[in-house]
Formats: sequence, structure tokens, C-alpha cells
Amino acid sequence: MKRPEPFEVFQPASVPEAREFFRKNGPGGHFLAGGTDLVIAIKEKGLVPRYVVDLKKIPSLSGIRESCDGSLTIGALTTMREIETSSVIRKKYPFLAQSAAEVGSIQIRNRATIGGNMANATPSADVAPALLVLNAKVKISRSGGEKIVLLEEFFIGPGKTIMEPGDILTEIVIPPTPPDFRGEYIKFSPREMMDLAYVGVAVGVVVDGSRKICRDVRIALGAVSPTPIRARKAEPLMLNQGITPSLAERVGEEASNECKPISDVRSSAAYRKEMVRVNTKRALLNAAAGYVENLSWTARRDRRY
Amino acid sequence: MHTKIQIRLNGKMQTLTVPPFRLLLDLLRDEIGLTGTKEGCGTGDCGACTVLLNGKPVNSCLVLSGELEGADIVTIEGLKIGPYLHPVQQAFVQEGGAQCGYCTPGILMMTKALLDENINPTEEEIRFALSGNLCRCTGYAKIIQAVQTAAAELRRSYEEFPSSQRRGGCATNKMPRSH
Repeated sequence: MKRPEPFEVFQPASVPEAREFFRKNGPGGHFLAGGTDLVIAIKEKGLVPRYVVDLKKIPSLSGIRESCDGSLTIGALTTMREIETSSVIRKKYPFLAQSAAEVGSIQIRNRATIGGNMANATPSADVAPALLVLNAKVKISRSGGEKIVLLEEFFIGPGKTIMEPGDILTEIVIPPTPPDFRGEYIKFSPREMMDLAYVGVAVGVVVDGSRKICRDVRIALGAVSPTPIRARKAEPLMLNQGITPSLAERVGEEASNECKPISDVRSSAAYRKEMVRVNTKRALLNAAAGYVENLSWTARRDRRY
Repeated sequence: MHTKIQIRLNGKMQTLTVPPFRLLLDLLRDEIGLTGTKEGCGTGDCGACTVLLNGKPVNSCLVLSGELEGADIVTIEGLKIGPYLHPVQQAFVQEGGAQCGYCTPGILMMTKALLDENINPTEEEIRFALSGNLCRCTGYAKIIQAVQTAAAELRRSYEEFPSSQRRGGCATNKMPRSH
């Protein structure tokens, strides 16, 4: 395996310092978070950084904070493993913790960060669909101040986001959800571990308790379009309706029509479309059936209704 | 192009002058001479290069030396307790949990990390923890069995010497020691 060409590594102590450093030293620099994408790009894809700015010594960038209004702020340098094991996230959004647990191995998740994962904008990123159904926003530090944008508008193509060179993603913000919000994430992949999603489907529903009517429906798809997307045409089909298997089937078909998958080594586009249909339906029915307390994530994953 | 870093390696403080772009794996093997840590894939898929970085298992093939200031690193060489094998090592010997042995150091480090957190793992939890450690010789049955044996031995020793658990059991990464 190829070794990195020489470059300097700098460890600034604050976000302004990091941005200033980047501005002064000019093009060819790369920000380093967990390194599970950057170091692989250096070793496998011939990336030669002129210098690397490591963000890990910036205290304000990590940690998970819950505000009194119910919103959740996740520092960009929070690792996938921290999200997977966070008691707050496991309690509030178990499907988000599960989506983080589906990434790579424990070794990878101890390094990989949620901010790095979003900034790399891989279409198959597991946490992206889960964050999309939570209407998550990202906070970006750039010259002239901060910018807050919906995650849905953050991705613009495979590996491409609205961030410009020198911008730093600082936080993921999850706005409050209604108390009866239920989410579900299904990673569809023939291997249980250590593989990318062939298809990722997240759903979030708010079900009116007494009449079992959907007051809010959110569906997000991963690995089947140039970016992770919301299935905006499929969602309204279920609004103010009860979740029944036949309706879930129709919503799944619509979501399948909406996505634009490619054929690659993992799967053909047609198969991906079919799996979007099946797994959207399954995710909706799982969400409607509700949470089962203390279910391990593998049990959650294997749950079928 | 060198940078000075201070790390604790297998319990011992060290000041090193290293190229910041050097991989932790190469730093350990080529500059320090600890060749127990192996390179398998080099891309974070196989887990052969697993070491504990600040108590957590990571792939050393994906860590840059320039990130290591203040880091606590434990490698397979740091597992032994004086002249004695760590219970995890002993269990793999006893159960025959290795064939060619190339993946074994990484698997032992991952097992150590698992048992530091969970002294009574289920088989599912063991398989989940080891999913990033690939072995191409075996069917994993004896590896799983070795982890279970190590866990049982650690539980037994904690019952016998409860104070050892507070210090992280037999963990050598918690207490500085001389070589």
C-alpha cells in the first residue's frame, strides 16, 4: 500500500485559528477530522495534500448537547462510535444511533466523525438519511460569519457540498421533534458488516395516537441518487392517512420512482429501485409498529413487520 | 520535515521526533521496532493493524503521526504483564484461536478493548466487536471461543481480586511501568 508523500500536520486550538491558518497557507491544504476518508484518499486515490490541518484539538467541535427546547447539537468532530453509544441519542433517536453503528467497524467508528462524513458527501453515507428525516441542519464557519443550512440543501453531488475551500463544518443541529415522532433506518446490504449500503432508507413519522393517522411523514434515501435525498413526492401520499400495508406499498413505489440510482459493482440500478420500494414499505411499517424498548441494534435491524 | 511528539507507548512516556505524515503503523514497526502490529489491507478494512489509541481500538494504518501529541498507545507488545501472558493472550493459546497468526495481534487488541468495556459479552456482542477483524484461515469459531474463555478468566480473577477491576483489570495501559 502506498505511503503518504511528505506534508506538515498542524493542530490549531480553535476554529478561527484553523480558518486563519488555512487562509494564510493557501491552496492545497486539507482539513483532517477522523482521517478514515482523507488518509485513504492519500493512500489509494493519489491525493497529495500540501499541508493538513487537524481539527481534533479544537474542544468546541466535539460532544453532544441537548438544549431545553429539545433540540440536539452534535459537534462535527463527534465520532460515529460516540453517536452509536450516546445515551441521549439512543433514547431520543435510536434509529440515528443504529445508523451510526452500521458504519464500518468499531475501529473505523472510533475515528470517523459525523462532520467528516457529511462533508465528504458520499451518497451512501448511513447517517445521512437518518439526519435528513430529522430535518437536521449543518452549521458552517466561513469568512464573514456562520452559515446554517438544511442538510438537504448541503449536498450537491457525489463528494460535493455547498462548502467552499476554507469553510469548516462545525455542528449538526437536530431541531426538536414532536413527542410521538418515530424513526426507522434500514441499511440494505447483503453483508451484515463492513460493507456500504446498497440502499439506505430512513423514515420518520408522527402518528396521531388515538386514530393512528400520520400527521407528519418524512422519507430519506441513501445510495440511490447523486446525493442522499428526501423522497418529497412519496411523503405526501401518506400524510393524514393511516399506515396500512397497501398504502405503504404505494408510497414505496413512489419513492422508487423518485430515486435515480446508478449501476455499479454492488448492484444494478433496477435492483436498487426495487429495493427502495421494498425497504421504504418495510421501514414505514416498522415505524408504525413503534419502538421496542432495549432492542439491540442488530435486533432492530432484523425486525420485520 | 519532522515534528516532536510526546506519547505514552505501552505505559512508558516517550518523546519522539517523527515525520508528521508517517502512519502510526509505520512509526511503530519501522521507527520504534515494535513489529507485532501487522499491516493487512492498509485501508481500514481488515483490522490486522488494530492498536489502542487513548484506550480505544483504531486502525493504526489510518492514523498520522502528526495527530499523536499526548496520545496513549497500547500495542500487542504492551499486553503482557511482566513475564506473564495477559489472560486474553493465554485464552487464545489455550483455545487454539490462531492459525497463521497474522490477524491475531489485531484480534487480541480488539478483544482487550471489548473486555475492558464488557466483561460478560454474549456471542452476538463478540461477533459485533470483531466484525472489523478479518481472519482468512479459520471460521472464527475458535476465536469466539477464546474470547469467551478470556472473559470467563477475567470475571474469575475480578471475583478473586476485586481491586484489580478498578485499575482496569490486568490492563497495563492504565499504569506507567518501566521496561
